[in-house]
Amino acid sequence: MATSIQNPEIDTRVSPARQRTTSNAEFYSWVFMRVSGILLIGLIFTHIGIMHLIEGGVGRVNFAFVCGRWSGPFWQTWDWAQLFLATLHGANGMRWIIRDYVRSPQRRFWSMTLLYVVATFMIVLGTITIVTFSPIDCAPSS
Amino acid sequence: MAQATPTVRGGTHGGAGQPRGKVSFYRGGEGMVTWVLHRVTGVAIFAFLFAHVLDTSLVVVDEGLYNGVIETYHSPVIRLLEMGLVVAVLYHGLNGLRITLIDFWSQGAARNTMMMRVQHVLFVVLSLGAVIPMGLATIQEITENGII
Repeated sequence: MATSIQNPEIDTRVSPARQRTTSNAEFYSWVFMRVSGILLIGLIFTHIGIMHLIEGGVGRVNFAFVCGRWSGPFWQTWDWAQLFLATLHGANGMRWIIRDYVRSPQRRFWSMTLLYVVATFMIVLGTITIVTFSPIDCAPSS
Repeated sequence: MAQATPTVRGGTHGGAGQPRGKVSFYRGGEGMVTWVLHRVTGVAIFAFLFAHVLDTSLVVVDEGLYNGVIETYHSPVIRLLEMGLVVAVLYHGLNGLRITLIDFWSQGAARNTMMMRVQHVLFVVLSLGAVIPMGLATIQEITENGII
Protein backbone atom coordinates (compact mmCIF):
# COMPACT_ATOMS: atom_id res chain seq x y z
CA MET A 1 0.00 0.00 0.00
CA ALA A 2 0.98 3.66 0.19
CA THR A 3 3.10 3.05 3.27
CA SER A 4 5.43 0.88 1.19
CA ILE A 5 7.03 4.10 -0.08
CA GLN A 6 8.62 4.46 3.34
CA ASN A 7 9.36 0.76 3.59
CA PRO A 8 13.13 0.49 4.21
CA GLU A 9 13.06 -3.04 2.77
CA ILE A 10 12.34 -1.69 -0.71
CA ASP A 11 15.32 -0.74 -2.87
CA THR A 12 14.58 2.70 -4.33
CA ARG A 13 17.92 3.16 -6.06
CA VAL A 14 17.72 4.05 -9.77
CA SER A 15 19.61 1.79 -12.17
CA PRO A 16 22.43 3.27 -14.30
CA ALA A 17 20.47 2.42 -17.47
CA ARG A 18 17.50 4.44 -16.19
CA GLN A 19 19.76 7.37 -15.20
CA ARG A 20 21.16 7.56 -18.75
CA THR A 21 17.77 8.16 -20.39
CA THR A 22 14.46 9.92 -19.93
CA SER A 23 12.87 7.86 -22.71
CA ASN A 24 9.94 5.63 -21.86
CA ALA A 25 10.39 3.51 -25.01
CA GLU A 26 11.10 0.33 -23.05
CA PHE A 27 7.99 0.87 -20.94
CA TYR A 28 5.88 1.22 -24.10
CA SER A 29 7.46 -1.93 -25.57
CA TRP A 30 6.48 -3.75 -22.35
CA VAL A 31 2.89 -2.47 -22.63
CA PHE A 32 2.79 -3.31 -26.34
CA MET A 33 3.74 -6.94 -25.67
CA ARG A 34 0.78 -7.35 -23.32
CA VAL A 35 -1.78 -5.47 -25.43
CA SER A 36 -0.74 -7.09 -28.72
CA GLY A 37 -0.51 -10.45 -26.93
CA ILE A 38 -4.15 -10.30 -25.83
CA LEU A 39 -5.27 -9.21 -29.33
CA LEU A 40 -3.19 -11.98 -30.91
CA ILE A 41 -4.79 -14.64 -28.70
CA GLY A 42 -8.19 -13.71 -30.20
CA LEU A 43 -6.87 -13.34 -33.76
CA ILE A 44 -4.57 -16.37 -33.91
CA PHE A 45 -6.70 -18.86 -31.95
CA THR A 46 -9.60 -18.09 -34.33
CA HIS A 47 -7.23 -18.33 -37.32
CA ILE A 48 -6.01 -21.76 -36.14
CA GLY A 49 -9.56 -22.98 -35.59
CA ILE A 50 -10.64 -22.01 -39.12
CA MET A 51 -7.47 -22.82 -41.09
CA HIS A 52 -6.19 -25.88 -39.22
CA LEU A 53 -9.05 -27.60 -37.40
CA ILE A 54 -12.47 -27.39 -39.04
CA GLU A 55 -13.50 -28.96 -42.38
CA GLY A 56 -10.26 -30.89 -42.87
CA GLY A 57 -7.94 -28.00 -41.93
CA VAL A 58 -4.97 -27.21 -44.18
CA GLY A 59 -5.95 -30.17 -46.42
CA ARG A 60 -8.62 -28.02 -48.12
CA VAL A 61 -6.46 -24.90 -48.55
CA ASN A 62 -5.41 -23.98 -52.10
CA PHE A 63 -5.55 -21.00 -54.47
CA ALA A 64 -9.33 -21.27 -54.90
CA PHE A 65 -9.75 -21.29 -51.10
CA VAL A 66 -7.72 -18.08 -50.81
CA CYS A 67 -9.91 -16.53 -53.54
CA GLY A 68 -13.00 -17.13 -51.42
CA ARG A 69 -11.34 -15.97 -48.23
CA TRP A 70 -9.84 -12.76 -49.59
CA SER A 71 -12.89 -11.76 -51.65
CA GLY A 72 -13.90 -9.15 -49.05
CA PRO A 73 -12.23 -6.70 -46.69
CA PHE A 74 -13.12 -8.57 -43.46
CA TRP A 75 -10.59 -11.43 -43.61
CA GLN A 76 -8.10 -9.25 -45.50
CA THR A 77 -8.12 -6.83 -42.56
CA TRP A 78 -8.04 -9.73 -40.07
CA ASP A 79 -5.03 -11.33 -41.77
CA TRP A 80 -3.22 -8.01 -42.08
CA ALA A 81 -3.77 -7.29 -38.35
CA GLN A 82 -2.30 -10.72 -37.57
CA LEU A 83 0.69 -10.08 -39.81
CA PHE A 84 1.38 -6.64 -38.37
CA LEU A 85 0.88 -7.45 -34.67
CA ALA A 86 2.55 -10.89 -34.76
CA THR A 87 5.62 -9.58 -36.60
CA LEU A 88 6.09 -6.65 -34.21
CA HIS A 89 5.38 -8.85 -31.16
CA GLY A 90 7.79 -11.53 -32.41
CA ALA A 91 10.47 -9.04 -33.41
CA ASN A 92 10.31 -7.30 -30.03
CA GLY A 93 10.60 -10.67 -28.28
CA MET A 94 13.61 -11.52 -30.45
CA ARG A 95 15.11 -8.13 -29.56
CA TRP A 96 14.82 -8.99 -25.84
CA ILE A 97 16.40 -12.40 -26.48
CA ILE A 98 19.29 -10.93 -28.49
CA ARG A 99 19.87 -8.37 -25.73
CA ASP A 100 20.05 -11.22 -23.19
CA TYR A 101 22.38 -13.57 -25.03
CA VAL A 102 24.44 -11.61 -27.58
CA ARG A 103 26.98 -9.75 -25.43
CA SER A 104 29.57 -8.48 -27.89
CA PRO A 105 28.57 -4.97 -29.11
CA GLN A 106 29.51 -5.77 -32.69
CA ARG A 107 27.61 -9.05 -32.89
CA ARG A 108 24.65 -7.45 -31.10
CA PHE A 109 24.60 -4.61 -33.65
CA TRP A 110 24.53 -7.01 -36.60
CA SER A 111 21.97 -9.33 -34.96
CA MET A 112 19.66 -6.37 -34.34
CA THR A 113 20.22 -5.05 -37.88
CA LEU A 114 19.34 -8.45 -39.36
CA LEU A 115 16.28 -8.68 -37.13
CA TYR A 116 14.99 -5.23 -38.18
CA VAL A 117 15.62 -6.00 -41.86
CA VAL A 118 13.77 -9.34 -41.61
CA ALA A 119 10.83 -7.83 -39.67
CA THR A 120 10.47 -4.94 -42.16
CA PHE A 121 10.66 -7.42 -45.04
CA MET A 122 7.91 -9.57 -43.49
CA ILE A 123 5.52 -6.66 -42.98
CA VAL A 124 6.21 -5.16 -46.43
CA LEU A 125 5.94 -8.47 -48.32
CA GLY A 126 2.83 -9.54 -46.37
CA THR A 127 1.14 -6.18 -46.96
CA ILE A 128 1.94 -6.31 -50.69
CA THR A 129 0.50 -9.84 -50.82
CA ILE A 130 -2.80 -8.89 -49.19
CA VAL A 131 -3.19 -5.56 -51.02
CA THR A 132 -2.24 -6.71 -54.53
CA PHE A 133 -4.13 -10.01 -54.44
CA SER A 134 -6.93 -9.48 -56.90
CA PRO A 135 -10.07 -11.62 -56.99
CA ILE A 136 -10.12 -10.93 -60.75
CA ASP A 137 -7.46 -13.64 -61.07
CA CYS A 138 -9.96 -16.02 -59.49
CA ALA A 139 -12.64 -15.70 -62.14
CA PRO A 140 -14.10 -18.99 -63.39
CA SER A 141 -11.30 -21.43 -62.69
CA SER A 142 -11.10 -24.50 -64.88
CA MET B 1 -4.39 -5.79 4.24
CA ALA B 2 -1.71 -8.30 5.20
CA GLN B 3 1.50 -8.09 3.25
CA ALA B 4 2.24 -11.11 1.09
CA THR B 5 5.16 -13.09 2.48
CA PRO B 6 7.87 -13.31 -0.14
CA THR B 7 8.77 -16.91 -0.85
CA VAL B 8 11.73 -18.09 -2.84
CA ARG B 9 11.35 -21.43 -4.55
CA GLY B 10 14.53 -23.45 -4.68
CA GLY B 11 16.62 -20.30 -4.59
CA THR B 12 19.89 -22.06 -3.84
CA HIS B 13 22.02 -19.94 -6.10
CA GLY B 14 25.68 -20.47 -5.23
CA GLY B 15 26.86 -17.38 -3.35
CA ALA B 16 30.10 -16.30 -1.72
CA GLY B 17 30.18 -19.47 0.37
CA GLN B 18 30.28 -21.66 -2.73
CA PRO B 19 33.56 -23.58 -3.13
CA ARG B 20 35.68 -22.38 -6.08
CA GLY B 21 35.44 -24.36 -9.29
CA LYS B 22 31.95 -25.60 -8.63
CA VAL B 23 29.28 -24.66 -11.12
CA SER B 24 26.22 -23.16 -9.55
CA PHE B 25 22.76 -23.62 -11.02
CA TYR B 26 19.87 -21.24 -10.70
CA ARG B 27 17.02 -23.51 -9.73
CA GLY B 28 14.02 -21.29 -10.16
CA GLY B 29 11.36 -23.97 -9.99
CA GLU B 30 8.38 -24.22 -12.36
CA GLY B 31 8.37 -20.47 -13.04
CA MET B 32 11.73 -20.84 -14.76
CA VAL B 33 10.45 -23.78 -16.84
CA THR B 34 7.51 -21.73 -18.14
CA TRP B 35 9.89 -18.82 -18.85
CA VAL B 36 12.16 -21.08 -20.95
CA LEU B 37 9.18 -22.64 -22.76
CA HIS B 38 7.80 -19.15 -23.49
CA ARG B 39 11.09 -18.17 -25.18
CA VAL B 40 11.52 -21.45 -27.08
CA THR B 41 7.92 -21.45 -28.41
CA GLY B 42 8.19 -17.73 -29.21
CA VAL B 43 11.30 -18.17 -31.35
CA ALA B 44 9.79 -21.22 -33.09
CA ILE B 45 6.55 -19.35 -33.88
CA PHE B 46 8.48 -16.32 -35.21
CA ALA B 47 10.54 -18.62 -37.49
CA PHE B 48 7.34 -20.21 -38.77
CA LEU B 49 5.74 -16.78 -39.31
CA PHE B 50 8.67 -15.82 -41.57
CA ALA B 51 8.17 -18.98 -43.68
CA HIS B 52 4.39 -18.44 -43.69
CA VAL B 53 4.70 -14.88 -45.06
CA LEU B 54 6.95 -16.22 -47.85
CA ASP B 55 4.65 -19.12 -48.84
CA THR B 56 1.52 -16.96 -48.78
CA SER B 57 3.20 -14.32 -50.96
CA LEU B 58 3.26 -16.92 -53.78
CA VAL B 59 -0.49 -16.42 -54.10
CA VAL B 60 0.20 -13.18 -56.01
CA VAL B 61 3.09 -14.71 -57.98
CA ASP B 62 1.55 -17.78 -59.59
CA GLU B 63 -1.54 -19.92 -58.91
CA GLY B 64 0.21 -23.21 -59.80
CA LEU B 65 3.31 -22.38 -57.77
CA TYR B 66 1.19 -21.54 -54.69
CA ASN B 67 -0.84 -24.74 -55.04
CA GLY B 68 2.37 -26.77 -55.43
CA VAL B 69 3.91 -25.38 -52.23
CA ILE B 70 0.67 -25.75 -50.23
CA GLU B 71 0.41 -29.34 -51.51
CA THR B 72 3.62 -30.20 -49.58
CA TYR B 73 1.86 -28.95 -46.41
CA HIS B 74 -0.66 -31.77 -46.83
CA SER B 75 1.99 -34.47 -46.31
CA PRO B 76 1.82 -36.40 -43.02
CA VAL B 77 5.30 -35.31 -41.88
CA ILE B 78 4.43 -31.63 -42.28
CA ARG B 79 1.05 -32.27 -40.62
CA LEU B 80 3.02 -33.50 -37.58
CA LEU B 81 5.04 -30.25 -37.56
CA GLU B 82 1.76 -28.34 -37.94
CA MET B 83 0.44 -30.02 -34.78
CA GLY B 84 3.63 -29.00 -32.99
CA LEU B 85 3.10 -25.41 -34.16
CA VAL B 86 -0.48 -25.31 -32.88
CA VAL B 87 0.58 -26.74 -29.51
CA ALA B 88 3.41 -24.16 -29.32
CA VAL B 89 0.99 -21.29 -30.08
CA LEU B 90 -1.43 -22.57 -27.40
CA TYR B 91 1.33 -22.75 -24.81
CA HIS B 92 2.76 -19.32 -25.67
CA GLY B 93 -0.67 -17.68 -25.69
CA LEU B 94 -1.88 -19.15 -22.40
CA ASN B 95 1.42 -18.48 -20.63
CA GLY B 96 1.43 -14.91 -21.96
CA LEU B 97 -2.09 -14.43 -20.65
CA ARG B 98 -0.93 -15.52 -17.17
CA ILE B 99 2.03 -13.11 -17.31
CA THR B 100 -0.34 -10.30 -18.32
CA LEU B 101 -2.69 -11.14 -15.44
CA ILE B 102 0.23 -11.10 -12.97
CA ASP B 103 1.09 -7.59 -14.21
CA PHE B 104 -2.37 -6.05 -14.55
CA TRP B 105 -4.73 -7.94 -12.20
CA SER B 106 -4.49 -6.72 -8.60
CA GLN B 107 -4.72 -10.34 -7.38
CA GLY B 108 -2.45 -11.64 -10.17
CA ALA B 109 0.78 -12.20 -8.28
CA ALA B 110 -1.01 -13.66 -5.25
CA ARG B 111 -3.02 -16.07 -7.43
CA ASN B 112 -0.10 -17.24 -9.54
CA THR B 113 -0.17 -20.83 -8.26
CA MET B 114 -3.85 -21.14 -9.08
CA MET B 115 -3.38 -19.51 -12.52
CA MET B 116 -0.46 -21.84 -13.21
CA ARG B 117 -2.75 -24.84 -12.64
CA VAL B 118 -5.63 -23.42 -14.72
CA GLN B 119 -3.20 -22.51 -17.50
CA HIS B 120 -1.78 -26.02 -17.78
CA VAL B 121 -5.15 -27.78 -17.52
CA LEU B 122 -6.44 -25.48 -20.30
CA PHE B 123 -3.29 -26.15 -22.30
CA VAL B 124 -3.75 -29.93 -22.14
CA VAL B 125 -7.49 -29.73 -22.93
CA LEU B 126 -7.07 -27.29 -25.86
CA SER B 127 -4.05 -29.21 -27.20
CA LEU B 128 -6.04 -32.44 -27.27
CA GLY B 129 -8.96 -30.56 -28.82
CA ALA B 130 -6.61 -29.42 -31.61
CA VAL B 131 -4.37 -32.45 -32.08
CA ILE B 132 -7.18 -35.05 -32.22
CA PRO B 133 -9.08 -33.56 -35.21
CA MET B 134 -5.76 -32.79 -36.97
CA GLY B 135 -4.57 -36.34 -36.36
CA LEU B 136 -7.84 -37.79 -37.65
CA ALA B 137 -7.68 -35.61 -40.79
CA THR B 138 -4.08 -36.76 -41.35
CA ILE B 139 -4.98 -40.44 -40.93
CA GLN B 140 -7.85 -40.01 -43.35
CA GLU B 141 -5.51 -38.43 -45.88
CA ILE B 142 -3.01 -41.28 -45.51
CA THR B 143 -5.68 -43.93 -46.08
CA GLU B 144 -6.91 -42.05 -49.16
CA ASN B 145 -3.63 -40.99 -50.77
CA GLY B 146 -0.92 -43.04 -49.03
CA ILE B 147 2.16 -41.56 -47.41
CA ILE B 148 3.68 -38.99 -49.74
